[in-house]
Amino acid sequence: MSTNVTRAEVEDFFYLEAALLDDWDLDGWMNLLAEDARYLVPPNDVPDGDPDTTLFTIADDIDRIRGRVKRLKSPDAHAEYPPSRTRRLITNVRILEQDENIVVATANFSVHRFRRGGKGGAYVGKYVYRLNVVSDGFRLLERRVILDAEELGALGAVSFIL
Amino acid sequence: MNTSPYIIDNPAQNDFRLNRQTLVDPDILTLEKARIFDRCWIYAGHESEVTKAGDFVTRNVAGRPVILARDSSGGLRLFLNTCRHRGAQVCRERAGNTKRFFCFYHGWSYDNDGKLVAVPGDDAYPESFDRSELGLTEVPRFEEYRGFWFACFDSTVPDLETYLADAKDYIDLVVEQSPDGRMEIISGVQEYDIAANWKLLVENSFDDYHLHSTHSTWLEYMKDAGVDTKVPKGLLLPKRGIGKDLGNGNAVIDNVNFRGRPVASWIAIYGEEAKPAVEAAKAELVERLGEERAERVAETNRNLFIFPNLMINDGSSVTIRTFWPNASNEMQVTAWALGPVGESPIMRKVRLDSFLTFYGPGGLATPDDVEALEQVQNGLTSTVKEVPWSVMTRGIAKDGEQLNSDELHLRTFWRRWNALMTGDNVSAKAEAAE
Repeated sequence: MSTNVTRAEVEDFFYLEAALLDDWDLDGWMNLLAEDARYLVPPNDVPDGDPDTTLFTIADDIDRIRGRVKRLKSPDAHAEYPPSRTRRLITNVRILEQDENIVVATANFSVHRFRRGGKGGAYVGKYVYRLNVVSDGFRLLERRVILDAEELGALGAVSFIL
Repeated sequence: MNTSPYIIDNPAQNDFRLNRQTLVDPDILTLEKARIFDRCWIYAGHESEVTKAGDFVTRNVAGRPVILARDSSGGLRLFLNTCRHRGAQVCRERAGNTKRFFCFYHGWSYDNDGKLVAVPGDDAYPESFDRSELGLTEVPRFEEYRGFWFACFDSTVPDLETYLADAKDYIDLVVEQSPDGRMEIISGVQEYDIAANWKLLVENSFDDYHLHSTHSTWLEYMKDAGVDTKVPKGLLLPKRGIGKDLGNGNAVIDNVNFRGRPVASWIAIYGEEAKPAVEAAKAELVERLGEERAERVAETNRNLFIFPNLMINDGSSVTIRTFWPNASNEMQVTAWALGPVGESPIMRKVRLDSFLTFYGPGGLATPDDVEALEQVQNGLTSTVKEVPWSVMTRGIAKDGEQLNSDELHLRTFWRRWNALMTGDNVSAKAEAAE
């Protein structure tokens, strides 16, 4: 892929990732990650925080991402058993920076989560991705998921991959 | 209104049962607010949250909106966040620094000592209008132990230190991690709701009986990361731990560490690059506290419960967790990470990372606790007529030490709860008998 990445290419990546996650194809999702990928959900009160100095909701390096995925595939991940149904709506995709083989892109999301008995909720916010441009597309270096809600509140947990 | 007793407490018959209405009945919650939350010392905040004159944070304490403020002379104050004129909240930001708390409704404003300093058009008030009597109202009592500040709305109960009783020794162990004896709340708060009665979180926060079944995926993760999770015969956890009554409803589980501690017990998850820093923290403890006490601080974990709604979990990190019932089947949880003031960047990183492996709404364990409590609430709410009692007798027939997977510490909570709710001493006698 050329280093002049188009918005359409980035959009395709966001949509592919959303489809994999909504289908709970977590192995397929792992294939989108770089070897040293990070998955970050900052706390609602410090959305621009640094996980080395601020307590995040999620701050996974690749090892904990692997552990998280292994856990989520188990029927003993009680918070996600049976797995939540999710539907991700992704809009406002923009490329913020482009440099050599690194692209920083953002998108707005609304992730609707449904559990049996009417539980669930709408997780609204934006993604900020650092993407490595490779021959067959992109690999995720950093996936930062920023929630707009002032507090998690009734959403309760971020027990699935948001 | 439920009229049967809240608990059946008969250790002579090895019987302890809990009336499930206590987790369901909204009238019981109304009574709890008056008889427990308005009569006990309630955690309000930590000294480190407001360090400079004029600093403030806002939150709810015992159901009241409050401002925790550092006043002009450097003292801590806890103001009720309500204008003396019509009642609006005078501070709406989460945190900041200010000289004035300003009510936008009619423009009254207060300085950070709470004094009413501006009243637009005050010539229309009669001569009897006295500004000095109309400052922000402070909570009746506000006291601290080692940087932890508590409020109490009852002027007749004993002071904080008396109330904390033997829990003080465990707070000491937490604070002794810090070379200069000062701890701080770390940036980033976790605020989430659980659709369950608040007392279920009291139980869950120091119930080690559930670890194996609820958190098997977390144990698996730890095992994959090289932690020894084998369980010796006679235990339900990899290492031994005990449950203890600390007086006044306070209780603890006091466990030998197996899961790593930033201060100071290194495990492989922390990374080789963090090993020298963790070992240096241990050496500092030995130097300062002596071998035995350093071992106590560094190699044991404690889930410390301060009655009625504060948990300090000092294990793979230090978690401060408090909770408030919105309804009999719903609570708001607030959790922070606590660490030593002046901690090195690498230790702070390890501490925060270690927190997230288990704790919080995105951790590998807490969401399963939340799910468990919500399942309990779902399970018992509509069946309470057919299944009115829960059994809580683990360890009750034992002489001597009670394990962390027994239920002495849970009974300690419920006995105190029952004594405050009913005013009877039956529970105290039963406790003495156990």
